[in-house]
Amino acid sequence: MRARLVLLAVVLVMLVLPFQFGTSALTTATFVVIAAIGATGLNVLTGYAGQISLGHAFFLAAGAYTGAKLGEDLGWSAALWIPAAGVVAGVCGALVGPIALRLSGLYLAIVTLGLVFIGQHVFFNAESLTGGPQGRTFPPVVIGPFDFSAGQVLRLGGLQIDSNGLYYYLALALLAGATAFAWNLRRTRTGRAMVAVREREIAASVMGVDVRRVKIAAFTASAFMAGVSGALYASYLSFAQPGEWSLLLSIQFVAAVIVGGMGTVAGPLLGSAVVFALPTLLKNLPFLPEEAAGGVSVSDLSSIAYGLLIVAFLVLQPRGLVGLVNQPKEAHS
Amino acid sequence: MTEFLQLLFQGVSLGSTYALVALGFAVVYRSSGVINFAQGAMLLLGAYAVSWLAVDVGLSFALAVLAATVMLALAGAALHGLVLRRVVGQPTFVLVMITIGVGIAVTHGVEAAFGPDRRLLGDPWGAAAFEVGGVTINTVKVWGIAVTAAALGAYFAFDRYTRWGLAMQATAADEEATLSVGVPVRRVHACTWALAGALATLGGLFLAGFPGAPQPALGDAALRAFPAIVLGGLGSPVGAVVGGLLIGVVEVLTSGYAPDSLGTNFYAVAPYVAMIAILLVRPYGLFGARPVERV
Repeated sequence: MRARLVLLAVVLVMLVLPFQFGTSALTTATFVVIAAIGATGLNVLTGYAGQISLGHAFFLAAGAYTGAKLGEDLGWSAALWIPAAGVVAGVCGALVGPIALRLSGLYLAIVTLGLVFIGQHVFFNAESLTGGPQGRTFPPVVIGPFDFSAGQVLRLGGLQIDSNGLYYYLALALLAGATAFAWNLRRTRTGRAMVAVREREIAASVMGVDVRRVKIAAFTASAFMAGVSGALYASYLSFAQPGEWSLLLSIQFVAAVIVGGMGTVAGPLLGSAVVFALPTLLKNLPFLPEEAAGGVSVSDLSSIAYGLLIVAFLVLQPRGLVGLVNQPKEAHS
Repeated sequence: MTEFLQLLFQGVSLGSTYALVALGFAVVYRSSGVINFAQGAMLLLGAYAVSWLAVDVGLSFALAVLAATVMLALAGAALHGLVLRRVVGQPTFVLVMITIGVGIAVTHGVEAAFGPDRRLLGDPWGAAAFEVGGVTINTVKVWGIAVTAAALGAYFAFDRYTRWGLAMQATAADEEATLSVGVPVRRVHACTWALAGALATLGGLFLAGFPGAPQPALGDAALRAFPAIVLGGLGSPVGAVVGGLLIGVVEVLTSGYAPDSLGTNFYAVAPYVAMIAILLVRPYGLFGARPVERV
């Protein structure tokens, strides 16, 4: 009962946020929610199935370029290219999945890291699709009467929602879907099989879990959500260069999952809020002067603080933000 | 033929630097099971420490290298003592994520302290070179290969013949059993991190040698050394050296011979392509042992 009240409160707060925030805060919030979709995907792979991947940026890129190809070059409706982005990324995930059958742990992490580098090489050279090093534009979301292009304003009764707000609500709806999926997955046969593989792969296979199927399923589901997140992310940015899909982006997603709490349902959203909003918040701190003494740039200072905060947080609370909330309950049990 | 020999020399030179970097990774992985993503930042810190001591403080170059090596060893031990010691027993990836956080903070810390521009390394070699049979040989590269060989020799002798080396091997094999026979395991771990810091100074030094320079992007070389450690098998120092040499030669040869149809800068990803191909055939690297698991 209490959990439901908290959930209701969170949902209500997130629904009214666009009317309380200024544009810059709303932009940050939108990026956080879009990222949380991708983080939910990574959480299925890493948190549930225990497969460590640094290749998430590659799947985001696969989704983003699918969206660009179908939405901008072929003129499809966003109602089609957003799901298509997920499907193409999901197929990529299903193709990468079998690698995880031969490799585990940190070896898998490094091979998926290779995927990011090889992917970036391909994106830099495939100019017809990605625009090459100069980058390309990405289509705004247009679904029927809803036009998300910059400058468009939707009027509902007395309320006005600009394109930032529209992106925010769309991302929120998709995040709700992803979260519901992750929530329910935990209670299905496949979800429990994933947890069994995470805990002890050999024991799981001895008990009849089809490890091959489970790992490929985890990679596919994770990549699907990454693809949707990537398509939305690129569309919201409206322009991106291949360098956008870098190792740093992958690392941010891994950090979001760990900081939020691996394998938990609320973790990805909490973690994304910390990891993806923190750099913006740190840049806007009032006590940081524009140009600190000795010409130290604000972006350097905020990056230093960002790195140190991740370290401090994990040292003090290795089980993530969700662990922080759940702690008292466990002390009694 | 001359071109091939020229590329081979450059490949061996780059490969020996990668071998140093990879050995830094392997030493830490063998003792604590962590891939140290802060290694790139340590390389950067090492190169800047040498540059700072030699150019700004004005020490002689040899003394600067020695002092920087000691500083980085202390920094490595401090990283273990202040941070990583506190999270022993947590999932490996929490530890890995912590090293990533340290790497981000240190990289930007160096940039904040020294600015984004290339610096002088303060080495006595500069761009000096001589020719042997049409092959241009840079003095700094000869020193790089020689110092790498000496450092590797010293490491393997240390590992094989000293009490501390033996303690490290024992800790890597079975930490609890080692603790129970009276080895100060915590100090052994601190020692491996100090070793990683010292190796990073030498690696960073020769990465920053001609035609490179101390600059913030230097640490990215650690990412290019990843395939080396994986090829060799994560916890195998010998494998790290072989993998490092192999990756260096592959990278330089592809930069010379790869056809344009593979795209520009294919040499930068060639090590990863080689790594994935090899891992699919030998999942634990060329020298790594398949872990035996109990059900």
